[in-house]
Amino acid sequence: MADREKFLELKNVVYSFHTYGGQVKAVRDVSFEVRKGEILGIVGESGCGKSVTAQCIMRLNPEPPGFFEGGEILFEGKDVLKMTNKELRKMRREDIGFVFQDPMTSLNPTMRVGAQIEEVFLGRTDVSKKEVKEKALEIMRLVGISDVEKRYKQYPHELSGGMKQRVMIAIALVSRPSLVICDEPTTSLDVTIEAQILDLLLELREKLGMSIIMITHDLGVIARMCDRVIVMYGGKIVEKGTAQEIFYDTAHPYTKGLMGSIAKLDTAKGEKLTPIEGTPPDLFFPPKGCPFAARCEYAMDVCKDNPPCSYQLSGEHVTNCWLQHEFAPDTDLKKENAAELKEGEVK
Amino acid sequence: MRKYIFKRLVAAVLTMWVLITVVFFLVRLMPGDPFQNPKMTAEIRANMESYYGFDKPLIVQYGNYMKNLFKGDLGYSMKFTNKTVNGIIAESFPFSADLGIRALVFAVSFGLVLGIISARNRGGKLDFFCVIVAVLGTSIPDFIMGAVLQYGFGIKWGLLPVAQYQGIEYTILPACAIGFYTLASVSRIMRASMLEVASQDYIKTARSKGVSEFRITAKHQIRNAIMPVMTIMGPTVASVLTGTFVIESIFAIPGMGKYYVESVSNNDYSMVLGMTIFYGVFLIFCNLVVDVLYGVADPRVRIGER
Repeated sequence: MADREKFLELKNVVYSFHTYGGQVKAVRDVSFEVRKGEILGIVGESGCGKSVTAQCIMRLNPEPPGFFEGGEILFEGKDVLKMTNKELRKMRREDIGFVFQDPMTSLNPTMRVGAQIEEVFLGRTDVSKKEVKEKALEIMRLVGISDVEKRYKQYPHELSGGMKQRVMIAIALVSRPSLVICDEPTTSLDVTIEAQILDLLLELREKLGMSIIMITHDLGVIARMCDRVIVMYGGKIVEKGTAQEIFYDTAHPYTKGLMGSIAKLDTAKGEKLTPIEGTPPDLFFPPKGCPFAARCEYAMDVCKDNPPCSYQLSGEHVTNCWLQHEFAPDTDLKKENAAELKEGEVK
Repeated sequence: MRKYIFKRLVAAVLTMWVLITVVFFLVRLMPGDPFQNPKMTAEIRANMESYYGFDKPLIVQYGNYMKNLFKGDLGYSMKFTNKTVNGIIAESFPFSADLGIRALVFAVSFGLVLGIISARNRGGKLDFFCVIVAVLGTSIPDFIMGAVLQYGFGIKWGLLPVAQYQGIEYTILPACAIGFYTLASVSRIMRASMLEVASQDYIKTARSKGVSEFRITAKHQIRNAIMPVMTIMGPTVASVLTGTFVIESIFAIPGMGKYYVESVSNNDYSMVLGMTIFYGVFLIFCNLVVDVLYGVADPRVRIGER
């Protein structure tokens, strides 16, 4: 995996929102990369900054009130933050697709489905009107919409929820982008449809070879889909690694807590799930040290006031937690070969 | 669609019947009667009353009125002797309607544009200007508006005729005075609605497709934002086209507004009823048109397709 070419890189991105109550630091120093053809999962609870991070990449957050405090986002070597409006729009049209969470509200109720798909090609001179329609029909077939000629002329309210999400995916994919960002694409759908949509995304990845960023709070989705996983908490990345490492070699107490709080098939009847006690940090006044310290069962004195260093546990596996420090007590999470990463050292 | 309109028509007829009945008895409950004149002798008075059928029991009067109404006859005015209500409406409505149409075109076009500009520049100087216009428009009463316009454009600068109705240039000031309130409310509603639509998910979807901001406003925002404006247009069109008493008095326009108000103070029963029926039918018609237009703007409320 590591040898695959990376084409999107976020470096120390800090993103905040001005609000009446003050500044909300939604994303605090987030760095990661996306490689060709992979599915990268971003997981975390509501309000941890995963959606804001994803929307940063296409600059879809409303600005103002949102603004970048620092960092850079390199897409194929170009800094997204320095792009002109025209370049940005070209990137949105041709290079990155976005699938939103709620297909019920994400389609314009007053426009025909076909027109909404074709809008992606607006302003392009290299494709004729006829070609655009062919492309739209082709992508609709590809995402599993039946009776495309009829659907093409229908309005969103005439389609079911799953069908609408297929239309959303069609919109995201019609220009054959190299990256598709899916922001909780199945949260508002029932489980059968969810399974269909996830299978569809996997199938399309095989066919079209694009990369996917999959944002979710559902570890089941992560396990099923993702090659690599980023775990976010309180606007920060707390752990990243391959899906294998995250699930079977968990190194961060928060990730461990997430695993403990889901129901498994072998959970006995009457057995209680283990929730993570407490609430996420207030991002108006983010904690100085580790954001998870207040809820962490392993918390030490050092965690409250000092942001943890990054520790490399293997080629892909990195965690930000003091428990990996050489002087930290032995716990079930401590890994033997943890190496401290110096500032700016990104593997 | 046909079935829907038929249903609406049945409902409209019922509504009108209730309206007519209530107004018929209500006007007769008002203090005084149409023939209050100290100079009138008892004999003349009795003559008048029998001429208009007042000597018959109320229920018979009601029956007669309804019978005539079915023939489209609204009866004679009790104050303007020898004039039928139909005649008065036919003679005065064109003035009111002509003025009202001008006022509406002015109000709706400018109101929409102001609302859109305002929402696009939320918090900016243009927005501030538009909000000021909207607040002035909704808070200044029309008689002050009319008088200020007359003074400014008519007397001080002498650009436009002060009053009366003799040609297009005579309609400009009264149309502005009538339309200003509508303009302000249209712009306020449009602004709020545009802002609400701007925060919808599908606007973000459009942005993620790389659609330009201009097209997002033109293609995605406006059509979805126009519904609340259409809702107020039904009653607004009806009331503006049937004339306003104050503006018509100030500008000396022979429209319907004057007759409507005077008929009430004169206890002119047949005029009150006739005007009410005319206004009621007109209002119901306008609302029906708006309901059909909803479907044009928003496919979700399109009725009876397929």
